[in-house]
Amino acid sequence: MKNNFESWLPKLVVAPAFVLGFAFIYGFMVWNGVLSVTASRMLPNYDEFVGLAQYQQLFEMDRWWVALRNLGIFSVLYVGGSMLLGMVLAIFLDQKVRGEGALRTIYLYPMALSFIVTGTAWKWILNPSLGLEKLMHDLGWASFHFDWLVQSETAIYCVVIAGIWQSAGFAMALFLAGLRGIDDSIIKAAQMDGASLPRIYWRIILPVLRPVVFSTILVLAHLSIKSFDLVMALTAGGPGYSTDVPATFMFVMSFTRGQIGLGAASATMMLATVAAIVVPYLYSELRAKPHDR
Amino acid sequence: MIAKHLPRALLYAVLAVAALFFLAPLYVMLATSLKDAEQIRSGNLLSLPTSINFEAWSLAWSSACTGVDCRGLQPYFWNSVSMALPAVLISTAWGAVNGYVLSLWKFKGSELLFGFLLFGVFMPFQVVLLPMSQVLGYLGLSSSITGLVLVHCLAGMAGTTLFFRNYYTAIPKELVNAARMDGAGFWRIFWRIVVPMSTPILMVTLIWQFTNIWNDFLFGVAFSGADSKPITVGLNNMVNTSSSVKSYNVDMAAAVIAGLPTMLVYVLAGQYFVKGLMAGAVKG
Amino acid sequence: MAASLQIAGIRKVYGKGDKAVEVLKRIDIDVAPGEFLILVGPSGCGKSTLLNIIAGLEDPSEGQLLIGGKDVVGVAPAQRDIAMVFQSYALYPTMSVADNIGFALEMRKVPKEARIKRIAEVAAMLQIEHLLDRRPAQLSGGQRQRVAMGRALARDPQLFLFDEPLSNLDAKLRVEMRAEIKRLHQISGITSVYVTHDQIEAMTLGSRIAVMKDGILQQIGTPDDIYRRPANTYVAGFIGSPTMNFIAGRAGGTGAGGLFSFEGSSLDLDCPAPNGAVMLGQRPEHIHLQADAPWRGEVILVEPTGADTYVVIKTAVGPITVRVPPNTSIKVGEQTGLTVSSKHNNWFDAESGVRLM
Repeated sequence: MKNNFESWLPKLVVAPAFVLGFAFIYGFMVWNGVLSVTASRMLPNYDEFVGLAQYQQLFEMDRWWVALRNLGIFSVLYVGGSMLLGMVLAIFLDQKVRGEGALRTIYLYPMALSFIVTGTAWKWILNPSLGLEKLMHDLGWASFHFDWLVQSETAIYCVVIAGIWQSAGFAMALFLAGLRGIDDSIIKAAQMDGASLPRIYWRIILPVLRPVVFSTILVLAHLSIKSFDLVMALTAGGPGYSTDVPATFMFVMSFTRGQIGLGAASATMMLATVAAIVVPYLYSELRAKPHDR
Repeated sequence: MIAKHLPRALLYAVLAVAALFFLAPLYVMLATSLKDAEQIRSGNLLSLPTSINFEAWSLAWSSACTGVDCRGLQPYFWNSVSMALPAVLISTAWGAVNGYVLSLWKFKGSELLFGFLLFGVFMPFQVVLLPMSQVLGYLGLSSSITGLVLVHCLAGMAGTTLFFRNYYTAIPKELVNAARMDGAGFWRIFWRIVVPMSTPILMVTLIWQFTNIWNDFLFGVAFSGADSKPITVGLNNMVNTSSSVKSYNVDMAAAVIAGLPTMLVYVLAGQYFVKGLMAGAVKG
Repeated sequence: MAASLQIAGIRKVYGKGDKAVEVLKRIDIDVAPGEFLILVGPSGCGKSTLLNIIAGLEDPSEGQLLIGGKDVVGVAPAQRDIAMVFQSYALYPTMSVADNIGFALEMRKVPKEARIKRIAEVAAMLQIEHLLDRRPAQLSGGQRQRVAMGRALARDPQLFLFDEPLSNLDAKLRVEMRAEIKRLHQISGITSVYVTHDQIEAMTLGSRIAVMKDGILQQIGTPDDIYRRPANTYVAGFIGSPTMNFIAGRAGGTGAGGLFSFEGSSLDLDCPAPNGAVMLGQRPEHIHLQADAPWRGEVILVEPTGADTYVVIKTAVGPITVRVPPNTSIKVGEQTGLTVSSKHNNWFDAESGVRLM
């Protein structure tokens, strides 16, 4: 009783996507996992399985811990900073200002740039002798000292600054859309009930924005874990490896240092971190959607 | 609403300062690129160029050194073009067809499979770098633009499928049924009915893909060879080349050149770009 | 070229195991060429599913579907030569009205001139010639409805299917379009199956009505049959507005002298009636107010509708709706008596609801 090609054509059409997509996503994940339990160095070595030795080595390396620490600092400051700035700008822009369109365009344009371009520009701006420091000196602030970029302790914060510059506009756009979605009459009702402004924000607006906050955190956190381009352009992981992040660590180990097994292990760790955040979110999203026929 | 409460002056002041914060780097890039080495040394970040000098630009384009190669950004620019155009078109078309099936021709298990595919939108691509370079090697595509196009298509497919599928779910199934009864088959329905309705999402996807692919660095640096490096890699190499004299003006000119295409797209069609950003973040 | 339609033993089950839902239980219907069959019933009764199966948009779990004598189960909708009018019209939004109407002809590779000619014919029939260059978004609801019909008519198919096409129209338009559909059917003579939940549409449009509930065919017959001799209490209550009154009681004694006794009163039976626990059904127009009748009650509602007035009387056996001439003077709170015209008695089994006599 089975139909005709109406029933198998769609499946055929979408098959390459599933086959290739799954191979690319899950197949490669597994392959990478396999590499991470071998003794591969310059080239993959499938003859020598070493169990979790690569992971062990990974977590014994100072460089990896530096990378993890940097990821933590960067993520928190980048996500927090972008969201804060984005939220403030969104709230201010929501006040019926003139030139809103132009301002939005200005705040958002950095998102259109490659992180490499951003990194290159900020590298120049934060240049210890000719950049910000010199500018401040010229403006009269003679004792201003800003060589963060070349100091191991502080270089990561430069990455944070450049990152926030790039992404705050995005957070702003999301928050603005969320704010715009709030029914004005709810606010008015609250005002008539005698609620003060901060109160209104805290009890009414923020709770409604919770899903937006949540998705923004998700997207920004995701971006920060991938933050390879920005670091490479701004500091190339340096000075030394003080601004290394897992993404740059993985790349250097795999492609420059000839330590494929180690690189694969670091990649798996990155995957695990992302999965821990994303999988529960995806699961709840897809469950929530009703299945229609 | 709260407008009556916040002093307008403060409002505009904050917004203006923020605007300056965002615009400053752009200004610095442009200004620096128009200065000569002397002006850079004597002036500072914000000082206007005393004379407009396009030399840095022509150097950046045709003769600056990126490692051993001293041909400027020009070859890399064209590499990016020949990589981006096919990759954008293929990944968009592929996503459209997939989205069409997953929204209007659902079958048992299609939603589940789609859910699994979605992870591809989020996963860190570090995890596919090593296997992919092996595969490219087997296919004889290592260090080639074709190889890069392949990677971008595979990596971008989950995202484009998501965009189109979400958009097409708004098309009523009755419309498809009416066309079936009129004698239209799977492809005819796609071409004659669905695609003409797709202009907004096509714009969003094309722009989103172009921005991501042009701006990509990770795949570019991992999979390209001497002749296939995209402009992001070229720029990075140029800026990080340890040569004796650093030409900041050339670096800045190069950065502007690299950023120009996506900036242009943003300025001309920014509304679609924003829609893409939002669609990527807020699903369903 | 109208074809006959035979629905033979069609069953449709969704899901498997203990989550299986039998949406259509076993449907057998024969439609003669040129007939206008209505499928009517409440939402969830399976009528739309049956229509989709006829169209080929869904497959049955069991059974045969014969169009013009040929079993078409498994044949794609495009191959069945059936035209369908959808509830939401489903007009192609990016095409002009003319292209919408001609789309199916295009799919069948009808040459351009023949197509243009046919589109013009159909547009004239439906009086939409002036709309041919417009897009669906620029049309009103009623105009879209006409275009949807035009699209179906242009094909001159074997079978016409209508899926609640008038539900989205306002009341006045609905009445107009009903007449329009009837007129077009008379001109074209194409076999039609029409799904609706509106019993007035069913009664006015169909040559035969099939009442469905819970996936089972309750009764099939002419509007007159259905109205005057409903097969069970469900059909009796579904068709006719206001609904038939049901009086539960016991009937005993055969022929003259028998009695039907119910809560609060009884009625003499002067015609044959079944014995035992039964339900008497009487429509509002067949019950009368009679001031001195033994069966009494209090008026609780008076609803004048212009042409008639409906009075609801509270009795011991429940509220009874009676139709009275519009100039009757009666007020809420009055006590009055009720009689029935026994030649319109409908007797149903008290438990199963099945018609007994």
